[in-house]
Amino acid sequence: MDTNVLFIFILSVFIGFEVISKVPSMLHTPLMSGTNAIHGIILFGGILVLAGATNPMARTLGFVAVIFGSANVFGGFMVTDRMLQMFKKKKK
Amino acid sequence: MSSTIALIIIGVAVLFIIGIKLLASPKTARLGNLVAAAGMLVALLTLHQPTGEYVWSQGWTMNYTLIAIGTLIGLVIGAIGAYSVKMTAMPQMVALFNGLGGGAAALVASLEFIKPDRTITTFIAVTMLFATLIGSLSFSGSIIAYLKLEGKFEKPMTFPGQNILNGLILLVILGLGGYLTINSSASQATTAFIVMFLLALFFGIAMVMPIGGADMPVVISLLNSFTGLAVAADGFAINNLAMVVAGTLVGSSGTLLTLLMCKAMNRPVTNVLFGAFGSGGGGGKAGASDLGGKTVKPIQADEAALLLGYAQQVVIVPGYGMAVAQAQHQVRELADELGKRGVEVRFAIHPVAGRMPGHMNVLLAEANVPYDQLCEMEAINPTMDRVDVCLVIGANDVVNPAAREDKSSPIYGMPIIDADRAKTVIVMKRSMAAGFAGIENLLFYKDNTRMLFGDAKASLQTLIAQLKAS
Repeated sequence: MDTNVLFIFILSVFIGFEVISKVPSMLHTPLMSGTNAIHGIILFGGILVLAGATNPMARTLGFVAVIFGSANVFGGFMVTDRMLQMFKKKKK
Repeated sequence: MSSTIALIIIGVAVLFIIGIKLLASPKTARLGNLVAAAGMLVALLTLHQPTGEYVWSQGWTMNYTLIAIGTLIGLVIGAIGAYSVKMTAMPQMVALFNGLGGGAAALVASLEFIKPDRTITTFIAVTMLFATLIGSLSFSGSIIAYLKLEGKFEKPMTFPGQNILNGLILLVILGLGGYLTINSSASQATTAFIVMFLLALFFGIAMVMPIGGADMPVVISLLNSFTGLAVAADGFAINNLAMVVAGTLVGSSGTLLTLLMCKAMNRPVTNVLFGAFGSGGGGGKAGASDLGGKTVKPIQADEAALLLGYAQQVVIVPGYGMAVAQAQHQVRELADELGKRGVEVRFAIHPVAGRMPGHMNVLLAEANVPYDQLCEMEAINPTMDRVDVCLVIGANDVVNPAAREDKSSPIYGMPIIDADRAKTVIVMKRSMAAGFAGIENLLFYKDNTRMLFGDAKASLQTLIAQLKAS
């Protein structure tokens, strides 16, 4: 096992805690939605698995994984943007 | 891994971290989302196989055609979902996207695990099994959460011994997982794996079914962090560092967000998951009988308009009822109309008002309410005594003084907006039905409370017309 990866994992845990510790509750929904989009990176997992698929079952399931991951990542960022474009300060 | 790829991944990780950081302030939130999206695009364009080959320069095979088609289908589904969903249904949409991500994570791990002729270390086997388990329960759990928010079987579904049965299922899943870790290449491994996969799907359903609709935000947030962890585990399994970093960031920030939400409701997370809140309502019923024949005092729109029009300070407390009535635009119009008359209007937003933290902020933002008019609970409560009129629109449990006064109430101890401390409280409500938690609201029976019955949108339109006329 590559201990470097484990090291990066542990650091990421702490950074994840740190970056959202001061978020006002009004932004919780967009934040949840935004982080939801970030785990859409699973699309890459789908792509890598499908690229190396050698039998029909792997192709089918990999194909489904790519569709799911793609909907997660694109839909996630778009829906978050749609929410956030509405946060405007009062026009003076 | 070459140093160029390593540098790119570091850059991508920094973009994700900065993105989440910027999401933490209303001024920069939109930029933050775009920064994270940019990180994703860079990572996609520079995607490498674990062995180091650049994915997009390999020979174009049928698999690549499938990747292109699949990505396109997902893009179309995502875009349609993201742009057609009503702002009120936003939580459902997030739940659905999260479920898809969880499903993808489970499929990726499964394919790697059942791949023929592969040799893996115990550690990698564990990460694959973990990703399959967490991903599939996040998939099925999110779909149930989605259906619950859509109004299908909203009530908690419970039966005696449920927690014990769920515990047993979990034990079997873990047992199978342990078996597969040791015998990952045995001939029965695939069968055992499929059984584990199906049980995990079932467990996701069984876990979310007993939880009431009011607690869905917490569940979605928790499942969101689960999916993040599954993605991180996938990253370990297929040796993709960007996935490890992104998944872990979501996993840990999502866990913290879940805890913050539970804190806002003053309930430990275990109570949300295993308490089947709102099912019995025994404490609430007892509280209701203590009302001792007290009745509510109705008010007509013209009188309410007078009270509002001649007030100095008005606080509006919106809740899910406002979302259901699609009344956020009328609420803004009313606030503008009052503003023109010199009334100071503020909005009090309870952290868990609506079906998701910040849900009300999103809705009011949609109706162009400037966010500096929105006050958080902690900021508004100390000033409630000086407020002339508190207008409660479709909020219920978050203004229920039982949380302060009635020790037997299931919501006792939950921080609330102290609407009852305003000089006059006007509650807009369709009927006397109980709130999402299924308990009586003591606020409705207070001496300074007036009930304005009717559809929130229609009532607000009448109020606005009355104010304009006077």
